Amino acid sequence: MRVSEYTPTIGIETHVQLKTKTKLFAAVDNDARQAPPNTLISHICVGMPGALPVLNEAAIELCARAAVALGTEPQKFSYFERKHYFYPDLPKGYQITQYETPIIAGGHLHIEVNGTKKCVRIERANLEEDAGKNTHPAGADYSLVDFNRAGTPLLEIVSMPDIHSAAEAKAYARELWLAMKYAGVTDGDLYHGHVRFDVNVSVSENPDRLGIRSEIKNLNSFRSVEAAVDYEIKRQTELQKKGQPVVQETRGWDEAKQKSLAQRSKEEAQDYRYMPEPDIPPIELDDDYIKKTKTKMPSLPNDLRMKFEKLDLPQGLIESLLDNPQVSSFMSRIMANKYISIKDARRIANWLAIDVQSLVNLGKISWDTAKLSEKALTMVSHMLDDNKINSTTAKNIVFEIVVVGGDPNEIARIRDWLQVSDEAEIEKIVAEVIAENPKPAQDVKNGELKAIGFLVGQVMAKSKGQANPEIAKKLIKKQLGL
Amino acid sequence: MSWPSIDEIAASVQSGQTSAEGNVKQALQEVEKHKDFAAIISVPMERALKRAEEIDGRIKQGERVGRLAGVPFIAKDNFLTFGGRTTAASNMLKEFEAPYQATAIEKLELEGAICVAKANLDAWAHGSSTENSDFFTTKNPHDKTRVPGGSSGGSAAAVALDIVPFALGTDTGGSVRLPASFCGVVGYKPTYGLISRSGIVAMASSTDVVGPLTRNIADAALVMDVMSGKDAMDSTTIEKDSNGYEIRNPKSEIRKAKIGVIKEYMGEGLEPGVRTVIDQAIKKLEKAGANISEVSLPSLSLALAVYYIVCPAEVSSNLARYDGQRYGHTARETKNLEDSYFLSRQQGFGTEAKRRIMIGTHVLSSGYYDAYYKKAQKVRTKIINEFAKAFQLYDFLLGPTAPTVAFKIGAKTGNPLQMYLSDILLVAANVSGNPAISIPAGQSQGLPVGLQIIAPQRADKQLLEIAKAFEELN
Repeated sequence: MRVSEYTPTIGIETHVQLKTKTKLFAAVDNDARQAPPNTLISHICVGMPGALPVLNEAAIELCARAAVALGTEPQKFSYFERKHYFYPDLPKGYQITQYETPIIAGGHLHIEVNGTKKCVRIERANLEEDAGKNTHPAGADYSLVDFNRAGTPLLEIVSMPDIHSAAEAKAYARELWLAMKYAGVTDGDLYHGHVRFDVNVSVSENPDRLGIRSEIKNLNSFRSVEAAVDYEIKRQTELQKKGQPVVQETRGWDEAKQKSLAQRSKEEAQDYRYMPEPDIPPIELDDDYIKKTKTKMPSLPNDLRMKFEKLDLPQGLIESLLDNPQVSSFMSRIMANKYISIKDARRIANWLAIDVQSLVNLGKISWDTAKLSEKALTMVSHMLDDNKINSTTAKNIVFEIVVVGGDPNEIARIRDWLQVSDEAEIEKIVAEVIAENPKPAQDVKNGELKAIGFLVGQVMAKSKGQANPEIAKKLIKKQLGL
Repeated sequence: MSWPSIDEIAASVQSGQTSAEGNVKQALQEVEKHKDFAAIISVPMERALKRAEEIDGRIKQGERVGRLAGVPFIAKDNFLTFGGRTTAASNMLKEFEAPYQATAIEKLELEGAICVAKANLDAWAHGSSTENSDFFTTKNPHDKTRVPGGSSGGSAAAVALDIVPFALGTDTGGSVRLPASFCGVVGYKPTYGLISRSGIVAMASSTDVVGPLTRNIADAALVMDVMSGKDAMDSTTIEKDSNGYEIRNPKSEIRKAKIGVIKEYMGEGLEPGVRTVIDQAIKKLEKAGANISEVSLPSLSLALAVYYIVCPAEVSSNLARYDGQRYGHTARETKNLEDSYFLSRQQGFGTEAKRRIMIGTHVLSSGYYDAYYKKAQKVRTKIINEFAKAFQLYDFLLGPTAPTVAFKIGAKTGNPLQMYLSDILLVAANVSGNPAISIPAGQSQGLPVGLQIIAPQRADKQLLEIAKAFEELN
């Protein structure tokens, strides 16, 4: 087992798009998801002569929250710098970012893989502006640039090389995404690249010394983070086993082929000529500001995990609740409601995390528009306990409540979903069923209890599904003298 | 015909005695008349006349237009303005039409002022003579064989020629004060941040300052009052003095003033004729009751070295956006993107811009950053502190604006270092951010000599008042 002698080490740089209303340095709409190219721009976004950046204070507040979510505080003094390079999507010839003094200089994130807990330290996080987007129309001898995204605020969070497997890398990526979403820092829309991961992977035979690393840029799902790291570890291990050198380079991830491909090597590394940004005064935060940020913090994923432990649910189900802040905050309200029992809460958690989530996954409804009512869902649970409905009906009522809302009793009544638990009424049906099915009835009498299921089914069919099956079973036995 | 004071022009237009249209037409005639001085790059005639018509119309309706009603002015061509082109006297922006206006221009227009022409400058404001203009050299109104000073040479010449009552310049390393001294007008550089830089083609962001060029201090103070103050478009702006800057009662100021004559500014290299004028000015101030003594600020000798590291560094960064891809000059028939970058910039930038881009790129490159840029910033702090210390003892510091009178066209073009030395007495106030003013003090060899007064940070009001008092003595 020579493979196990190679220790992989991974560090992850994550670009988190901040959910400010306007851009980092211009009073222009920050949400470019639906906008036609170059409609969300001003003289600042395209780098006109004389245009000056004006810092959006809201971005600083989100960075402060990010710091708290990472278990630290924002730096009291930080400033912007200019990072120079030429590229068509970079309108000023420099990116405004942070270099010597990041707004976050530390912190950590707890992750858990297969029941093992681990702490990944954060090295730093820079506040910076995004560039525009180049597109290269097929067959054309020109390229197009869209500056809608130019100036969107990004927080670049750099982890320490504390990650040592693909599974840990995936767990870190998801945990960071969750933390930033819960702290209200980002909308976290992975599909639109709100959170993008660059992974640095190296493999070394000597655990005390890092190997030569490669970097895979722009991964935008946890699955691709895991697959890319896994691929890179195997590729580098193979190379080392063969005695071939690993080249320090940037590689791209081919999602279709599930392979990383060489892009450019660090030999062409540029000199960015960092320089303090003279157009923006330094960011200075005082104790009062930091204190206020802390008091305004919403619940973070780990706080909720601890809270949900009481529900005694499988870990996977709890994580599924956490995927959506709307769901988890609703669940935490349920748990805070002293009129709702743990049993009811557990049932509601199951409905939401499994049944309603499956509708969301199918695209039939969205959590954003879901109607989550503590009272209604609790009532459904009570109806189930009172044998007024069966569990399938309960789910159908839950769907209707979540999609259109309403009173569960009313829904059950209007849809004729209430269970018949009136023994006299069921007794009549049972008598009919036994009379119509003498052979199975005889079998049951002779001790072939399996056949009782058939008779219960017949009762259910005759009652159009409304008879309480437990009662039906009891009455069949009774009538057959068992 | 010579222009009355700015408040008189505005009052006369507001009362209907004269009209905005008449003023614009007069200014345009003067532009035409003095064409051979080559002070002007372009004239946004249509827009100027339209604005005049609109202002006259409003006055006929009985409206109050503002403190600069119908006052014509000229802006250095690095101010973004509507109605024509904004070139920064560069081939790169030769055809550039601004999509927005500088805040300073907007504020002047709000009070009824009308921009009638765009003045020549050293391209991108890099220079001390306008000889670095990519288009042509402006001639000194007092001697056509000499330079007007720079980089705001066109603006200073236009005021000296009485084309308009005031013009705007920018002062990054003396570019308002030097041409003021050479052309015999008032040139005022306010405290850094008092006037918005939004909409001004950036040279060196940390020292760029807007400043007026006028025939007298009261006009400079009025224009300053209109343009100054915090601007949402420029985060480095500061609040203006709560009392404003207009001058009401200046006379008593001199008696109380403690003035330090900067020893380093009166040393070697000062032309004897210039020294005589400054000495006479000092005597007049003393006679008027000022308490004058010599003061040494040894770090000032390093200001030029600091300036020529910090300024090119910022220049190289600020000029990076001119890459030929979105606006400005684009090289034709290029092979690929890199080729387009190279050729667009090679063709669009002149020699001096390229020189500063190269120096700036060098001092910011890894391995040199600490030795140059970082060290320069440390010395810069030292200079700021030295000024602050001197201002604990003195209300004002004083010296000549330039060591010489206006030099001959072509005299320094072959030697960039000689050219840089023209600003030796000027750049310290830019590096430190202090307000400074150049006031006509007399003549040497028949050419104007400027007296420079420097004040503590934000003491712009006091600076304008002492300058006014000196103006009355002179």
